[in-house]
Amino acid sequence: MTVDSTAARKPRRSSKRAGAKKAAGESELVQLLTPEGERVEHPDYSIDLSPEELRGLYRDMVLTRRFDAEATTLQRQGELGLWASLLGQEAAQIGSGRATRDDDYVFPTYREHGVAWCRGVDPTNLLGMFRGVNHGGWDPNENNFHLYTIVIGSQALHATGYAMGVAKDGADSAVIAYFGDGASSQGDVAEAFTFAAVYNAPVVFFCQNNQWAISEPTERQTRVPLYQRAQGYGFPGVRVDGNDVLAVLAVTKAALDRARTGEGPMLVEAFTYRMGAHTTSDDPTRYRRDEERELWEAKDPILRLRAHLEKQGLADEAFFASLETESDALAKRVRDTVRSMPDPDHMAMFEHTYADGHTLVDEERAQFVAYQASFAEESK
Amino acid sequence: MSTEKLTIAKAINASLRTALETDPKVLVMGEDVGKLGGVFRVTDGLQKDFGEDRVIDTPLAESGIVGTAIGLALRGYRPVVEIQFDGFVFPAYDQIVTQLAKMHARALGKIKLPVVIRIPYGGAIGAVEHHSESPESLFAHVAGLKVVSPSNAADAYWMLQQAIQSDDPVIYFEPKRRYHDRSEVDTTAIPGPLHVARTVREGTDLTLAAYGPMVKTCLEAAAAAAEEGKSLEVLDLRSISPIDFDSIQKSVEKTGRLVVVHEAPVFFGSGAEIAARITERCFYHLEAPVLRVGGYHAPYPPSRLEDEYLPGLDRVLDSVDRALAYQG
Repeated sequence: MTVDSTAARKPRRSSKRAGAKKAAGESELVQLLTPEGERVEHPDYSIDLSPEELRGLYRDMVLTRRFDAEATTLQRQGELGLWASLLGQEAAQIGSGRATRDDDYVFPTYREHGVAWCRGVDPTNLLGMFRGVNHGGWDPNENNFHLYTIVIGSQALHATGYAMGVAKDGADSAVIAYFGDGASSQGDVAEAFTFAAVYNAPVVFFCQNNQWAISEPTERQTRVPLYQRAQGYGFPGVRVDGNDVLAVLAVTKAALDRARTGEGPMLVEAFTYRMGAHTTSDDPTRYRRDEERELWEAKDPILRLRAHLEKQGLADEAFFASLETESDALAKRVRDTVRSMPDPDHMAMFEHTYADGHTLVDEERAQFVAYQASFAEESK
Repeated sequence: MSTEKLTIAKAINASLRTALETDPKVLVMGEDVGKLGGVFRVTDGLQKDFGEDRVIDTPLAESGIVGTAIGLALRGYRPVVEIQFDGFVFPAYDQIVTQLAKMHARALGKIKLPVVIRIPYGGAIGAVEHHSESPESLFAHVAGLKVVSPSNAADAYWMLQQAIQSDDPVIYFEPKRRYHDRSEVDTTAIPGPLHVARTVREGTDLTLAAYGPMVKTCLEAAAAAAEEGKSLEVLDLRSISPIDFDSIQKSVEKTGRLVVVHEAPVFFGSGAEIAARITERCFYHLEAPVLRVGGYHAPYPPSRLEDEYLPGLDRVLDSVDRALAYQG
C-alpha cells in the first residue's frame, strides 16, 4: 500500500455511525479501487457497476487522455497557443462527470476536459480558446456545461448562484463547481462556501487537489486538509482518492444526490496529482522532484482500472484493441479539426460585446470597416 | 396618467416594486435590503411584500453578491443587486470586470447577463471615508457594461425600469445626496431611450454637461449666470456608457463652448473622454477648449473638506468664465 492510502488502515467505524459528522482532524481517504486494481469496500460509500459500465469509465479515461496528449502535441507544433493538460486527473474528472445527471449544471475551471467529455461537449470545442479563435464559444446551456473560467475560483460563486436559482425553481437538479487546491485560497471560494451554506444551495464543491498551483505546493495554500475547510462553514467535506474513478463516482454521486434532496452543499476533495506541467508554458523541473512524479505514476488512474478489468476478466483483448483504434481516430479528428479551424472574421471582435447594442461599438465598427476598406481602394 | 411627486429614493423603491410585481424573475439582493430596507431605506417594505425569497438579505460579501447574481442570471433570473456604498464595490470589481462584463461575449452571445448593480454614489453627505466616491469611470472603461445615473425622480424610476429590462449588465449610480429631492413621476408615461441625453435648460453661450448629482448644481450655475446675462445650456447626460455624443455635439455646435462637470476626479474622468471626442467631432465649432470641473487627484477628503473638493456652483461658474474668456 502506498503512503497516501495509509488512512485506509485506520479502524473503520460501524456503518451505523457512518453517516454522522466526521471528527475534526480525521483524514480518511475514500477508496474503492486500490492502485493495484483490487476492489475494496468502504462503510460510507459503495458502488456496484456492471462490466459494461466499468469498461465505459475506462474508455472515457483513455479517450480523454489521448485527446489531452494530442492537444499537448498540437501546442508543441504551434497549432495551439497554450494547453492546460489534465494528465493524471482522468479519474477525478470522469468519475465526477459521470456522476452528474443531464439536468445538473457544471461550472468548470479551464482544465476540465474530462468533465466536458462526460457532458457531451465535443473535445474540439475546447480547443478554440487555446488556439485563440474564441474565448470559449460553446453554448453553455446545450450541455449544462458553463464556459471555462480562467480567473481562479470565480466560478464557485456562479455555481452557487445558479444553485440558489435551482432551489428557487423547486427543481431537483444539482450544481457542481470545479476548482483546485490553489483556488481554495481565493476569497471567492470562501464566499461561495458561505453563500451556499447560508442558503442551503444544492451545490457540490469539487476540489481537485492536484498538489500544485503552478509552482506552489498545497502547503502554501493550507495548514489543514482541504476537505476539512467545509466543517467551518457547516457542511460536510470528504477526501476521496482522486485517482480511483470508482470512489470519485460514488462520492460525487452521493454528494449530488444529497444536494438535490435538499440537504445542501458538500465539499469533495479529490486527492490527485498533476502529472504534467501547469500548462505548456510551465517548467515543473524548476520546483518539484522526479521522485514525486514516480510515486504518483504507481497510482495511475487508468492502469489501476485496467488491472481490475483484466484480473476480473471483464474486458478482453478485442476491447482494448478497438479502444486503441478509437483513440487514434479521435486524435486524428482533433488534429484535423484544429488545423482547419478558421481564424475568426475581423468583425467578430465587435460582435456580442453587448446583447442590446451600444453606440460606441457601432461607431468603432464603422471606423474599422472604413479603415479596412481604405486598403481595398489603394490596391485598385 | 398616474403622476405623483416622489423623492428619488421613493421613485427607485416604486420602480423596484413595479419590477417585482411584473416579472417573477426579478430579484432584489444585497446587504440589509430586507428587514431594514437598506441603509438609505430605498428597498423599504419590499421584503415584507415580496418575501425573503425575492428580496434577499445577503451575507456581507460584495464579490459573493455579484458572483451569485451572475449565477442566478445564468439560471434565468434578473437580479437587481445593491452595493451599499460606492467605496464598497471594489471587492466585487473582479466579478464585475472579469466575469459579468465579458460573459456574453465569451459565449458568442449565447447567454445573457441581465444584472443591474445599484450603487449609491457621490459626496456632500458628511460621511466617513469610502462613503462619498464617484467611481463611474472605472466601470465606463469596461466594455460589456452599461453605466447610467439619473438626476431626478422620474428618471430614477424609468431608467431603473429600463436597466432591469436590459439584457446587458447595467451599473446604476444613484446620486445619494439627491435621494430626498422631490419631483413629478408619471409611472404610466412612455419613457425615452435609456442612453440619450436630455436638454434640461436651453442656452446659447455655453454648454454645461453633467449627470447625476451635478445636474442640479449646473442648473443653479446656469440660473446664476443668467443674472449676469450669460445664457448657459444644461445637458443631463443620464448615461455614461454609452455617452450620447450626438446630443453634446448638437449643443456645442450651437454654443461653441463646453464645460463638463462631475464629482469624480477630473484625471481620466468621463469629462476627458467627452473633451477628446467633442474636440474631434466639432473642432471648428469650438470657441474655447473643452474645460472640466471635478474632483482632484487626491483620495476623497475628510468630510470637513469635501465642500472644497467637490465642484460647487462657484467652481462651475469659474470654469464658465474661463471658457467665455476665449475670444476668437
